Amino acid sequence: MPLLSVICGFIVAGFAVFLSGANPVDALVALFQGAFLERNSVSETLIATIPYIFLGLAVAIGFKAGLFNIGAEGQFYLGAIAGTYVGYSLHGLPAIVHIPLAVAAGMLGGLGYAVIPGVLKARFGAHEVITTIMLNHIALAVSDYLINRGPMGDPHASAPKTPFIQHSAELPILIPNARLHLGLLLALAAVPIVWFLIERTTVGFRLRAVGLNQTAARAAGISVGWTIVLVMAMSGALAGLAGADEVLGVSHFMPPTFSVGYGFDSIAVALVARSNPWGIVPAAFLFGSMRSGAGFMQLQTQVSADLISVVQATVIIFVAAPVMVRWLFRLRERPAIPTPLAAQEGAAV
Amino acid sequence: MNEFLQRADLVGLAAATLLASTPLVLAALGGVMSERSGVVNIALEGIMLTGAFMGYVAALATHNLWFGVGVAILSGALIAGLHAVLAIEFLVDQIVSGTVINILAVGITGVYYRTFIQQQNVAGPGTLPVWKIPFLANLPVLGPIFFQNQFVTYAMVVLVVCVHLLLFRSVWGLRTRACGEHPLAAETAGISVRFMRYGNVMLSGALGGLGGAYFSLQQVGNFLPNMTGGKGFIALAAMIFGKWTPFGAFLASLLFAASDALGSRLQFYGINIPYQITSTLPYVLTIIVVAGAVGRAIAPAAVGRPYKKS
Repeated sequence: MPLLSVICGFIVAGFAVFLSGANPVDALVALFQGAFLERNSVSETLIATIPYIFLGLAVAIGFKAGLFNIGAEGQFYLGAIAGTYVGYSLHGLPAIVHIPLAVAAGMLGGLGYAVIPGVLKARFGAHEVITTIMLNHIALAVSDYLINRGPMGDPHASAPKTPFIQHSAELPILIPNARLHLGLLLALAAVPIVWFLIERTTVGFRLRAVGLNQTAARAAGISVGWTIVLVMAMSGALAGLAGADEVLGVSHFMPPTFSVGYGFDSIAVALVARSNPWGIVPAAFLFGSMRSGAGFMQLQTQVSADLISVVQATVIIFVAAPVMVRWLFRLRERPAIPTPLAAQEGAAV
Repeated sequence: MNEFLQRADLVGLAAATLLASTPLVLAALGGVMSERSGVVNIALEGIMLTGAFMGYVAALATHNLWFGVGVAILSGALIAGLHAVLAIEFLVDQIVSGTVINILAVGITGVYYRTFIQQQNVAGPGTLPVWKIPFLANLPVLGPIFFQNQFVTYAMVVLVVCVHLLLFRSVWGLRTRACGEHPLAAETAGISVRFMRYGNVMLSGALGGLGGAYFSLQQVGNFLPNMTGGKGFIALAAMIFGKWTPFGAFLASLLFAASDALGSRLQFYGINIPYQITSTLPYVLTIIVVAGAVGRAIAPAAVGRPYKKS
C-alpha cells in the first residue's frame, strides 16, 4: 500500500507538471537521472538520505507516543549549531575523541531544544504542534543571529558563516573521491537501536501505551508527563544528530540558513514508513533521491524543484487516508475510525 | 518629552500595527469558524499562500485587482474544501490533513511561480488603492490609523464584527457551535454535522484567502515564494489566545502585530538589540500564550474529532 501511495503521488505531480506546460515524462527522467545516473549522484543521493533517516526516526518515535513533533527542523538547527561549535572550538584532540564529542554535542543541542515543548505539553498542556512551529522560527532567528556577524561568525569570511571545523572533527569519508561519509553507517545503526527501544524495552512500552490511550496509561501507573518529556528528548536527540552530522560530514561549516523544509519532509518520511523504524530506511531513500535529483531536474527541464513538495503532499494524503485508497480502488473492508492525534486530552490547537 | 513622543511616532506605530495585523486577524477569524465547528485548521498558512498566489495570478492576467481579490477568496475556500474532504469524508487526522495542505501549497505555488511569474517580464498589477475616507481621514491621530487604509484592512475590521454576529447571533452560528461541542447532540436535533463542518471550513478558507490577498495585492504588489512566512501559524495562536472568539482573536492579533511592529522599530528608538532577537518576539509571545500563562484557553469540546453518522 505505501508503494501504491508513492505511485499515486508521482501521477498527481506529473499532472501538475503537465498543467504547467512541461513534459512530465521528461521531468521524471531528469529526476531519476539527477538522483542516480550523473557523476557521483549515487553518493550524493545517499548523503541526502542520511538526514532523512535520522529525522524520520525522530518524528516516528514521537508518533508512537501520539506526539506530533513538527519541531524537527528547529532541533536540527540547534544540533548543527552545537556540533559546529564543538567542531571548531576544540583544538588538538584526536579524531577518535573529537568526533564523538561533536556528535554528542549535536544530540544534546537537539535534545535540549525538544525538551522545551515536551515540558510545556506535560506541565501546561500546550499543544506541541504550535509550540514546535514557533520554536522552529526562533531557532532560525537564533542561528542567523549567532552566525551572521554574531559570536559564531567567521570574521575573516566574506559571506556570513562559521569558521571551518577542525579536521579532527570531520566524519571520515567512506568511498575515495566522493563525499559519502560515516554518517550513513551511523544512520543505519540508529534504525535497529530505535526499533529495539520502542518495541523491546520498558520505556518503549510506556511510550506506546501513552500513544494508544493516555487515560489507560495513567491508570496503569505510567507517568504520562514524564513519558512525553522523555519521548521529545529522544526525538530531539535524533534530530540534533542529523544536524550535527550534516556539518561534520558534509559542509564542515555552518551557514546562517541551512536546511530548507527538513521539518515537513521528515513528517512525510515518518508517515510513509507508518512510524515503523525499518520502513524509515526505504522512505528516507525515496525522499533523499527526490531531493538529490530535483536540482538536476530544475536545471534540465525548468520544472521547479518545489515539485517534490507536491509529490510529498500527495503521498501523505494516500498514506494517511486508507479509507480513500480503498474507495478509489474499490477495495473492501472498512477500517474503524482512527484515533486522531489532535484530540488528546489538554489539546488546544 | 514632547520631542521623544514625536520621535517615537506612536501614531505611525499604531497604523503599522493595524496594517500588520490584517492577515493575522483574517486567518484567525477563519480558524475560529473552523474550530468552532469541530475541525482543527492548521492549514491556514497554506490557504493564505494559495490565496496570495491565485489572487496575484488572476490580477496579473486580467489587470483587475478586484478580480484578483475575488479569486483569492474563492481559491482559499476551494483548497480549504480539500482539507474538509480529507478530514470529514476520509477521516484523515486533521493535523495530518492540514500539514498536507501546507506542503501542497508550497509545492503548487512554487512550481507555477516558476513557470508563470518568474520568467515573465510583464508589469505587475500594482497594489490596491489607499482609500481616504472623506472628512474622517483628516481627524488627528484616528485619521491616519483607521481611515487611510487599503481594502483588505477595511474589510478585516468589518469582518470581525460580521463573524462575531454570525457566530453568536445567528442560527448558523448556534448550529456551528453545537457541532463543535457535541456533534451527536447536534445531529439528534436535526442538524447535519457534515454540512455545517464543510460550510465552516470553506468559510474559513475564504477568510484565509482574503488574508492571502493582503500579501500579494495589498502589501507587495507581487508574489514571492513563501511570502506568508508563517503568519498562518501565528494567527492560529491568536485564535487560541483570543479564546476562539472573533473579538478575542482580533485583540490577540493586534498584540502580535504590535510586537512585530515594535521589534522592527526598536533600533530606530536607539535601543540596540539585534533584529534577529526582536523578530522572535511574536513567536515567544505565542509560546507563552499557548502554555496558558495568560488565562486558561479551553477549546471547543469536539475539536479534532472526526464525526461519522452511524
